[in-house]
Amino acid sequence: MKRIAILDYGMGNLRSVQKAFECMGSRALLSDDKHEIESSDALVVPGVGAFDDCVINIKKSGLDKSIVNFIMSGRPFFGICLGYQVLFEGSEEGTERGLGILKGNVVKFRHAEKIPHMGWNTLELPERGISCPLFKGVKNGDFFYFVHSYYVDPMDKKSVSSWTEYGERFASSVFTDNIFACQFHPEKSQDNGLKIIKNFIETVK
Amino acid sequence: MLAKRIIPCLDVKEGRVVKGINFEGLKDAGDPVEIAGVYNKMNADELVFLDITASHEKRKIMIEVVRKTAEKCFIPLTVGGGISTIEDIRQLLNNGADKVSINTPAVRDPRFIKKASSIFGSQCIVVAIDAKMQGPGLWKIFINGGRTPVEKNAVLWAKEIESLGAGEILLTSMDADGTTDGYDIQLTKTVSTAVSIPVIASGGAGNAEHIYRVFNEGFADAALAASIFHYNKLSVPEVKEYLMRKGIPVRI
Repeated sequence: MKRIAILDYGMGNLRSVQKAFECMGSRALLSDDKHEIESSDALVVPGVGAFDDCVINIKKSGLDKSIVNFIMSGRPFFGICLGYQVLFEGSEEGTERGLGILKGNVVKFRHAEKIPHMGWNTLELPERGISCPLFKGVKNGDFFYFVHSYYVDPMDKKSVSSWTEYGERFASSVFTDNIFACQFHPEKSQDNGLKIIKNFIETVK
Repeated sequence: MLAKRIIPCLDVKEGRVVKGINFEGLKDAGDPVEIAGVYNKMNADELVFLDITASHEKRKIMIEVVRKTAEKCFIPLTVGGGISTIEDIRQLLNNGADKVSINTPAVRDPRFIKKASSIFGSQCIVVAIDAKMQGPGLWKIFINGGRTPVEKNAVLWAKEIESLGAGEILLTSMDADGTTDGYDIQLTKTVSTAVSIPVIASGGAGNAEHIYRVFNEGFADAALAASIFHYNKLSVPEVKEYLMRKGIPVRI
């Protein structure tokens, strides 16, 4: 039995994420226990809300170290929305430092008419996305559900597995070694989102 | 490109859908969970449940409806009606709602918007405005389900809502609502261009062209409709195909 942990740090739509995993046949466990998290086979960090609140909540309970330890161990990691943003160094939204696992920053949309970027938008898959196992069955131009006001500007552009256009073109997901992290919400993106979750479950050994 | 959203709205009273639903093959035409499943299959972009239960005691039924719907529908779900405390919001979100829509308590105490959005994030706080025209380019707002007028200009109130941290506005024209003669384009356009948060237009949809016009001329970000979908006068895919032919970006 694969042990997938969903990090419970008191924020976000954890239950939706858990249900999506259940629907794809995996019993993911909500957990805030460091031992449980670090010993699981895969880790999912969801999140909605503000960057600083998210970082503060994660650091307060020492879960930042668990995330880092987990990722360093090479096991599959899945970050969603704020769980994607916190992997980077910092955000224009707040003053807290991010986890700094990936290089780059989170910046505000400057050319969008409406903020938040809310609703269904498409992905453009570069080579990294086409070869990403999590995008198996996902096509260029497929729609996913977004809701955010800030986006990730990763330093390593080669790590970008999908781009999305909203006033400007931004990295809507990255894929590097054992990390897949995305700005959109697979748990709210109907069949396309469920495909990604199913693909993730399949990468877990 | 960001798609314009099509959002069916279900009026739910004590756990039952109120406006008649006319889909073929429904086992129970009053069951919101089953109907939500149908809309999910039709590629509706989001769903709104409006709880019009009068008694506070029976509101718990709505939480059960939300919980069961969210088990099966992996699209955003908004719940409105009767939400007046932070605890109400928390319960709905914990049971699978993605957003809540608030009206009367937000007008009575605008700080409620700020508090709710700082606790749960702007993305899940929708503020509903019920607006009625008072003269050319002038709309006043109403609370208590349209029964009580309030001395507030709808456009200024929309700006205030934005500044208090709400993530979206659900804008209903009381003049157009129920007419099926089309959305109030002028109201939608005025509010949508006055704020930089998304605006969902509501009230008056009678055909696909109305929806096209509220996007094209009213600059709405999403269109909400109830009866045209429920009575099967028009299906969600039909509307989307029409919009696509007219050059409006939609998710097919």
